[in-house]
Amino acid sequence: MNEITNIFESLDYGPAPEAAAPAEVWLDLHGRKFGQFIGGKWTKPGKTFASINPANEKELARITDGTRADVDKAVKAARAALPGWQALSGFERAKYLYAIARQISKDSRLFAVLESIDNGKPIRESRDADIPLVIRHFYHHAGWAQHLERELPDMVPYGVCGQIIPWNFPLLMLAWKIAPALAAGNTVVLKPAEFTSLTALLFAEVCEKVGLPAGVVNIITGQGETGAALVDHPDVDKIAFTGSTEVGKIIRRATAGSGKGLSLELGGKSPYIVFEDADIDSAIEGLVDAIWFNQGQVCCAGSRLLVQESIEDKFLKRLRARMDKLRVGDPLDKAVDIGALVDPIQVQRIRSLLATGEKEGMVKYEAKGALPPTGCYLKPTLITGVSPSHTLVQEEIFGPVLVSMSFRTPEEAVALANNTVYGLASTVWTENINLALDIAPQIKAGVVWVNCSNQFDAAVGFGGYKESGFGREGGKEGMRVYMKPAFEKKLKPAAPVKTAANIDTYETDGIDHTAKMYIGGKQARGDSGYARTVIAPDGTAVGEVSDGNRKDVRNAVEAARKALGWANTTAHLRAQILYFLGENLDYRRAEFADRIRAMTGATAAAAKKEVDASIERLFAFAGWADKFDGAVHNAPLRAIAAAMIEPIGVIGIAAPDENPLLAPIAMLAPAVAMGNTTVLIPSERHPLAMTDLYQVIETSDVPGGVINIVTGDQPSLARVLTEHDGVDALWYVGDVDHSAEMERQSTGNLKQTWTTRGLDFDWFDKDNLEGRFFLDRATQVKNVWVPYGA
Amino acid sequence: MSLHAVQTTSPERGHQRNPGFPLDLDWVERVRMNRSALERRASTIGARRSVKKQWQSAWMLKAITLIDLTTLNSDDTPGRVERLCAKARHPVRDDILKALGAEKLDIKPGAVCVYHAFVKTAVKALKGSGIPVAAVSTAFPHGLAPLETRLMEIEASVQDGAKEIDIVIERGQVLTGDWQGLYDQVKAMREACGDAHIKTILGTGELATLTNVAKASLVCMLAGADFIKTSTGKEKVNANLKTSLAMVRMIRWFHEETGIEIGYKPAGGISSAKDALTYMALMKEELGTHWLQPHLFRFGASSLLTDLERQLEHQATGRYSADYRQPMV
Repeated sequence: MNEITNIFESLDYGPAPEAAAPAEVWLDLHGRKFGQFIGGKWTKPGKTFASINPANEKELARITDGTRADVDKAVKAARAALPGWQALSGFERAKYLYAIARQISKDSRLFAVLESIDNGKPIRESRDADIPLVIRHFYHHAGWAQHLERELPDMVPYGVCGQIIPWNFPLLMLAWKIAPALAAGNTVVLKPAEFTSLTALLFAEVCEKVGLPAGVVNIITGQGETGAALVDHPDVDKIAFTGSTEVGKIIRRATAGSGKGLSLELGGKSPYIVFEDADIDSAIEGLVDAIWFNQGQVCCAGSRLLVQESIEDKFLKRLRARMDKLRVGDPLDKAVDIGALVDPIQVQRIRSLLATGEKEGMVKYEAKGALPPTGCYLKPTLITGVSPSHTLVQEEIFGPVLVSMSFRTPEEAVALANNTVYGLASTVWTENINLALDIAPQIKAGVVWVNCSNQFDAAVGFGGYKESGFGREGGKEGMRVYMKPAFEKKLKPAAPVKTAANIDTYETDGIDHTAKMYIGGKQARGDSGYARTVIAPDGTAVGEVSDGNRKDVRNAVEAARKALGWANTTAHLRAQILYFLGENLDYRRAEFADRIRAMTGATAAAAKKEVDASIERLFAFAGWADKFDGAVHNAPLRAIAAAMIEPIGVIGIAAPDENPLLAPIAMLAPAVAMGNTTVLIPSERHPLAMTDLYQVIETSDVPGGVINIVTGDQPSLARVLTEHDGVDALWYVGDVDHSAEMERQSTGNLKQTWTTRGLDFDWFDKDNLEGRFFLDRATQVKNVWVPYGA
Repeated sequence: MSLHAVQTTSPERGHQRNPGFPLDLDWVERVRMNRSALERRASTIGARRSVKKQWQSAWMLKAITLIDLTTLNSDDTPGRVERLCAKARHPVRDDILKALGAEKLDIKPGAVCVYHAFVKTAVKALKGSGIPVAAVSTAFPHGLAPLETRLMEIEASVQDGAKEIDIVIERGQVLTGDWQGLYDQVKAMREACGDAHIKTILGTGELATLTNVAKASLVCMLAGADFIKTSTGKEKVNANLKTSLAMVRMIRWFHEETGIEIGYKPAGGISSAKDALTYMALMKEELGTHWLQPHLFRFGASSLLTDLERQLEHQATGRYSADYRQPMV
């Protein structure tokens, strides 16, 4: 026992192993080979692949590689289970979700150990973070099942949801997907990541234990092909995906035009801003939570440190000292901070990125301390000597690698923070509440953590801006992602548009009435030098408009981006301007009605009705401007978690030929009311109602660039908009094929799209279109976490 | 002041005593402590680090050497103090030490801590043991007697043979932001201590905020404190991990700026072996293994020893032990 006297001097920690035995026994019980969980039954294992323990690279079990036929069977089972599941009362569904929460609680250590040996994450994290959050998610959503009808009226579940989850938080991502889906009354087919299927399979046993009706939850294991089969399956109503931006874009393209609901939670390169008046040591400890949590394999990892130049040296010195204290090693050791990465391929990928970084001249600091001789381990790493033009600053590393840069002013911090295609999360450290609350709204990200990092809760929505995806998980905003407005299900295909006279384009010949574009608050001559004749149903020409092209759209988008400060005006001011727009339109109602009649051949009564409805719609959204507001969520933490409603940015709007005044106003009004700027392509055949509106816009104090109008060929101009990376959302009203095309082409910046897919929206429908429908689409939720305490 | 030199014990060879520094109010104003963040770190430290088996035994034996075995009650008597000193001389049963193979380790507490009135008794009872006597000598626990009285009490304690003096600060000076006043008092007390080491008790449970705790820590260190200590044990809130973090991080910052190592003493409410090991892990993580030595870290405790002994017996025999089996403190 001489050892004790040695340890008495060294005060080393020694091993503190969690027993793997119960998980190993469970694997043995299944012969270390698993089939699929379909319709409440287990299939025989098919063709399998290995699931390895990344800590020692030994095989844990063999997992069935799901085929298209398996997926089809699972979707059929989910479809068959749907009527029964939806027939249950909210209370009945709540009881199942509650039972799942309780059962996972009872088996919590088995889940934690299994997760750690499958994924490589430290047992402390699976035990203290993943599994408790899973349980909390099911508890929370049990409540939603019961209160849904009250809290989300006129919404219905999608139906069968296909859910594809990543390997970094296997069971937690399963919970984030399954809990809200079931609460809302959907049934699901879930595919875990190929590296980490085991806890999903154990979860399937939980479903059996609690007697969940067969087919409500189906678990299909497999690889990329299996996921693709699920995405492509025609009988799936909604796809929810968490994973890389690259795959997210593939899924967006694959689902384009299908009408499937889609929510994407993708990559990130989240900024971690430390101001000079922060509690520096706490900010450093926060970095441990931000980038060395789960080996840095966290989509919202605070991976881009931005530290104020005045404290940079001191900060980095202390940071390096903190890094040296991190213990890397066996995930089942309770005193380990950093476990194994999920797979050798990830280690290689990160090493190769680091090699690129070295070529580009980065300075690398690796924490002291040895790594285990085998297994997928990397040292905590700090990269300095880099700027935004370096690869490592731009690319998501998804490992324990932090890049650091400095800034001088709050303005520069925001600029650097937003200098990324991603927008998932962000962290701000300062003891100055004025500064914190000034910065939080300026960061384009779905989550802002003030003086903390990587906080999650079932009651607080999580999800991204920009190429980090769309949709939220958690909270009321997360429930909306699994439901859709009931009225949409009743919409019928629009009647084919009567093609009256042929609209040719020809050179301008000096007719005075050619309406120009409206860009940046000014009437602008079209780039092409061509005009289009606007022809009445009887074939007579009623006027001409410029024939817009790519460059006109480009100019309009530029003007719209310059006007983004519109979001920072007060809601009261935006309301006033919209009211004024309504008032001024009202002043010229007869003239607009005559124009509609001349273009469309509508009756006097119909034209008057459209103008009246347009004015009413402007008033409606003027009224909404200062009323569609956020919430403060109840996270189990001494903190304010404020769900702020923010505009999307630049919204491209392509209007239909029907109701050439009302339809564009029905979309412009909510977009503008919520603080977005817009580029509108008015009706191709009847554009004059909107070109006439320039003068009304000009007299109504609408700032230049907030509304831009480009006339011309609707689908081709819309295509330019959907392909434009400076457009943040696209609303397209048109036929099935063009709608599909707009969605398919939207992936350059993964803009949020809404298309009508040839469905006959009734623009006069006040019940459905004068409220949340467009407000939801014109906004995104940012959750700002502010822990407090004197 | 006529004070005789006090011999310092050996483990601190090479340790440079805090000479004191001018009061730097800019530094004091730069101190920031975020309570929520400190609480988060404090709540995970015990979960992030744990020691098992022989490591646990070694750490618990070390913990004993870090205890200021304390009795600070109004009903203390020479007999009570003598019993405490006897326990200090012989803190762990021989059979337990033997079973653990730790007989050769010189396991004894860091000091015995008593009221001024019992310094002589304790010094006599501990004679030849090498265990220093610490005295709480500044109108403990309130610290509100006239400054001259408090300084005289320090001198008297040192004269009676105390090698360590635990002083209490005036909490009101912190609450009113009278940093200069606090600095001057602590500096005067430090001078009164002479060669005896000075531990400054902040009474953290009465300082309202962690920022106040941190600022008071800094002012005391600038004034020449050898140790900063949390509590008298008489406040409503005793030592806890979040307060410890705030203080320990100030020690780290002070070391960064001055190169001087200041000791830390959490006191009050630490009574289980598990708690003690968590505090040690906190010290090791935030300040380094070097700080886990008696001249840089002490627990102000008494019943803690019984629990450590009980857990050591469990390690030695494999059976859970009971407190009555350990000779009482």
